[in-house]
Amino acid sequence: MKFYRSHVLVAEDTKSLLIGAKRIEEALMESIQRFGLQDEIRVIPTGSLGYEDQGVAVAVYPEGIVYCPVTLEKIPHIVEEHLLKGRVVSSLLAPLKNQNISKGTYETQYIKDIQQRLVLENVGIINPESIDEYIARDGYVALEKALFSMKPEDIIQEVKTSELRGRGGAGFPTGMKWDFTAKSINDMKYVICNADEGEPGTFKDREIMEGDPHKLLEGMLLAGYATGGKIGYIYIRGEYDLSIRRLEKAIQDARQYGLLGDHILGSSFSFDIFVHKGAGAYVCGEETALIESIEGKRGEPRKKPPYPPTAGLWMKPTVVNNVETLANIPMIITKGGNWYKTIGVEGSRGTKLFSLMGDLNWKGVVEIPFGTTIGDIVNNIGHGIKDDKKLKGIILGGSSGFLILPSEMNTPVDFQSLARIEAGPGSGSIVAMDESRCIVDMLLNIAEFFRHESCGKCTPCRVGNDQIVHVLERIAGGEGKPEDITTLEELAKTMNNTSFCPLGQAAPNILVQALKKFREEILVHIHEKKCLVHACPFEAVSLEE
Amino acid sequence: MSDKKSLIEKLHDIQDHHPDHHYLPENEMMTLAESDRVPPSKVFGVATFYTMFSTKPRGKHIIRICENQTCHMAAAKDMINHLQDLLDIEIGETTADGLFTLELSSCLGMCSVAPSMMIDEMPFGNLTYEKIDKIIQQLKGGTR
Repeated sequence: MKFYRSHVLVAEDTKSLLIGAKRIEEALMESIQRFGLQDEIRVIPTGSLGYEDQGVAVAVYPEGIVYCPVTLEKIPHIVEEHLLKGRVVSSLLAPLKNQNISKGTYETQYIKDIQQRLVLENVGIINPESIDEYIARDGYVALEKALFSMKPEDIIQEVKTSELRGRGGAGFPTGMKWDFTAKSINDMKYVICNADEGEPGTFKDREIMEGDPHKLLEGMLLAGYATGGKIGYIYIRGEYDLSIRRLEKAIQDARQYGLLGDHILGSSFSFDIFVHKGAGAYVCGEETALIESIEGKRGEPRKKPPYPPTAGLWMKPTVVNNVETLANIPMIITKGGNWYKTIGVEGSRGTKLFSLMGDLNWKGVVEIPFGTTIGDIVNNIGHGIKDDKKLKGIILGGSSGFLILPSEMNTPVDFQSLARIEAGPGSGSIVAMDESRCIVDMLLNIAEFFRHESCGKCTPCRVGNDQIVHVLERIAGGEGKPEDITTLEELAKTMNNTSFCPLGQAAPNILVQALKKFREEILVHIHEKKCLVHACPFEAVSLEE
Repeated sequence: MSDKKSLIEKLHDIQDHHPDHHYLPENEMMTLAESDRVPPSKVFGVATFYTMFSTKPRGKHIIRICENQTCHMAAAKDMINHLQDLLDIEIGETTADGLFTLELSSCLGMCSVAPSMMIDEMPFGNLTYEKIDKIIQQLKGGTR
């Protein structure tokens, strides 16, 4: 094997590729050749380095320096100074506040301050299209350990010991889910990975699939071995083109290495994985709607029970897990459930991925141990609110998630602490709103989303979301009536109590919280026909006049 | 097992056979219903449920622009208005030259570079008026 003194990693996630990361990679190689360094320095594409909102990022190892934004003009300079002469070009380093560049370790560079990257351990480090690099980072070690030294029930016990809870939003204990499926006796069982990440503001699973696809495959293999599943499906949204291509490449390579297919690694265990592309429907994120969709039907949710572990895909026992949940499994098997339990807090073990966006200085995907406060995430990783404005509130966990006030920023992110303020981690998204945002405007936008995405199967969700849009349009248009508040409350209550599936039940979540937490602001819209931040249509009209 | 194609996959195949119009012609859906021995209502039911399918002919390039939460906060509405003016069509319509169809999309998972859109399989982020003009101009010229 060839030895290189430096490795240059170019972030090639979807967002970096669209601003020319591939061209940067090519230009780096050209420049390195021009200086005759091609036998000493290797250029490798990798997953997100976390800077894609600022430009193409390039990391140089072993120093662990990140340059960003890297443009074509800057490349000869970086290559000559850093790669040839060994001098870090400080002026071109990734621009971030509160960054201790003098330390120069990749930890500080990586906005890692309070992050703990376990699920994302390989993202931005390896070439996601190389199975060898995954294996070199102890990839598929958990699978080998499982197949040759553990029984399926040992795997389930290990996952139970770890206290891992589902990362899709509901937080159901994964070990229990697997146990139900394992105990359902049937000649055919399935493992489904829910990669339909459709909750607005959520893009954490994409980071795993684009940056480390084999970790997901390994998690699914372990789920199959533990529960007796023979076939795995990854149900992924059609829009995630790069994720789909990288997963398909990973599956192909794994088959070639005997890590998928019949008699895996010569054992008696056989399992294969297929990618199933969605066709555009938010409701397919609900597990039974997703199953209907894989069967080729309209993605309408099924009546529960029976639950998928008893009767899922083609009415066979089926495990349905989120991408992030499955990506946690390999390390639990390699290092043990008791080790995993040391991370996070009581009742919420391990780490959690969040996608950070909105009015923040830094946006992107982060991984923090459970128990970190919302304020720490927003201020230390997100580097606070843009343009020195004040924080108005946070939308946590997507459009069916929760509203967090500035006064609640000290709340630790874990299931119990969040429950105390009537919230939860939800889909794993954090949208920060600054003081210039209007709550009615945000509510209307969310309501329009749900009106469009309601599958139409049940009346409370289909009609309820439409009614909410009408009432909010009225309020935003300066024609709100005093009784509108009660109308909204009643609509929300009815939907929450009587909708057929969790999506309809959760659709008015943010509305309900806004009616409590931002009631004054909504009342001003109704009674004084005023929008305090001039974001509503009637304000725009009156300003123009 | 998975060797049999599902109805959705078959519809994808039909639609992919019309790369200039990205749609499901009625007669082909009827033929599918017949050969699969399922009622036409089932085929049409599935075809109209998913936003990626269309029963009307669409343009050569499909523009899907997001107006959810984060993109909304990043002035996606202005971008949509700009596209509508530029192409002289409303949401859901196709340009007279058959080149573009403009559609709203739910979240594309590109919120950190909002506002964002996809044209066919290609994502675009941090949109501005100038950027949109350039992209559309390039596609009109036939280059990608």
